[in-house]
Amino acid sequence: MKINKNIAISETGLLFHPGSGESYSVNPIGVEIINRMKQGSSFDEIAAEILAKYNTDRATFEKDYHDFIRLMKENGLLEEKDHETEG
Amino acid sequence: MKPKVNIGVTGLNAIDSPGPGIAVIRCLREATAFDVRIIGLAYESLEPGIYMHDLVDHTYQIPYPTAGTELLHSRLEYIQSIEKLDLIIPNFDAELYPFIKLEPKLKKLGIRLFTPTLKQFEEREKVNLNEFGEKYHLHVPKSKAIYELNAINNLGNDFTFPVIVKGKFYDAVRAYNYDQVRSAFSKISAQWGLPIIIQEFIQGTEFNVTGLGDGKGNTISLVPMRKQYITEKGKAWGGISISDEKMQEMTRKFIKQTKWRGGFELELMKDKKGKIYLFEINPRMPAWIYLSAGVGQNIPEALVRLAMGEKVEPFTDYKVGKMFIRFAWDMIVDRNEFEQISINGEL
Repeated sequence: MKINKNIAISETGLLFHPGSGESYSVNPIGVEIINRMKQGSSFDEIAAEILAKYNTDRATFEKDYHDFIRLMKENGLLEEKDHETEG
Repeated sequence: MKPKVNIGVTGLNAIDSPGPGIAVIRCLREATAFDVRIIGLAYESLEPGIYMHDLVDHTYQIPYPTAGTELLHSRLEYIQSIEKLDLIIPNFDAELYPFIKLEPKLKKLGIRLFTPTLKQFEEREKVNLNEFGEKYHLHVPKSKAIYELNAINNLGNDFTFPVIVKGKFYDAVRAYNYDQVRSAFSKISAQWGLPIIIQEFIQGTEFNVTGLGDGKGNTISLVPMRKQYITEKGKAWGGISISDEKMQEMTRKFIKQTKWRGGFELELMKDKKGKIYLFEINPRMPAWIYLSAGVGQNIPEALVRLAMGEKVEPFTDYKVGKMFIRFAWDMIVDRNEFEQISINGEL
């Protein structure tokens, strides 16, 4: 899963898509996930990190993660050619 | 020391559906290559730009385009005898035709223009959009010009609802049935005349691109923008510069193939599959042209330099994600200023 390379994300969680001109606000965990994805982390690496850091279980994380990924896809924030759905 | 250029600018109606004049002047005031003396050319006494003395040095009233080119020429001759204009930047669609027609005569007076040629101007007219798309291999929505109410009854043969009903120069309304088309036809034709253009409705996101062609096929500037805040009249009250390769490619193709001369604005629609349609070509700079200076491509400045015969290198970069946010404010104006422009035709 790759974030569209042109997407810019600020520390406060404002995400800007330069192709569409749309802006999105993302919560702090969303920022963490996106930054990890940008660094090339796999789903398992991201899951391990979030589960170690926050009080949640894997099933809840997986559900929320996939909701988040779906929203990102719907809004063209993920690279179109890479539709891999890990986890 | 920078050279001084005397420039006549129209479109001083900085109202809710603004003319581009004030934005053009702001860009010119920020030019690095020259200083300017700005002569406003106004149609109405209440065009706000007339009273913006920090932007406009002096304003003259000029006759409406409908009064004919002779009257416009004699007025410009008078203005030129006083102001020694180097060039005029016309900013309204409706006045472009008489200005383009007058270009040889204006040249004799020492006034330059950097507008599209008559051929370019006519080819891109809304009524010719289908032919334009075919000739230059650009995706355009299906359009049809109609001259009478009765023609609406046959629209079902060519279009499915909704359709866009457009005026020759301005105005566009979405219509979902025959009654709404008839109502829009009457309303728009009463204001802008005939024909009325019926256009296929493309579901998607609207984008605009402004740019500058040197008349030889080269793209000097290109700035795409997405409207973020739209008025009831569909005008941008806020927007953001974006980067989209397909749009840039389409714009370069448009300039290269038409050898476009001057500023322009393309109105584009991107559908859900990413296909881009060109649905209108405005043959002049848009009211949001100040964004071009904001992102590092001062289009009015480059246009003036081209008009003055300079070689202008194409811009290669601009800032993506820069926003413009329009605002309205009230000026306090002495009545005698209003009287001067109304009675004497200049201020």
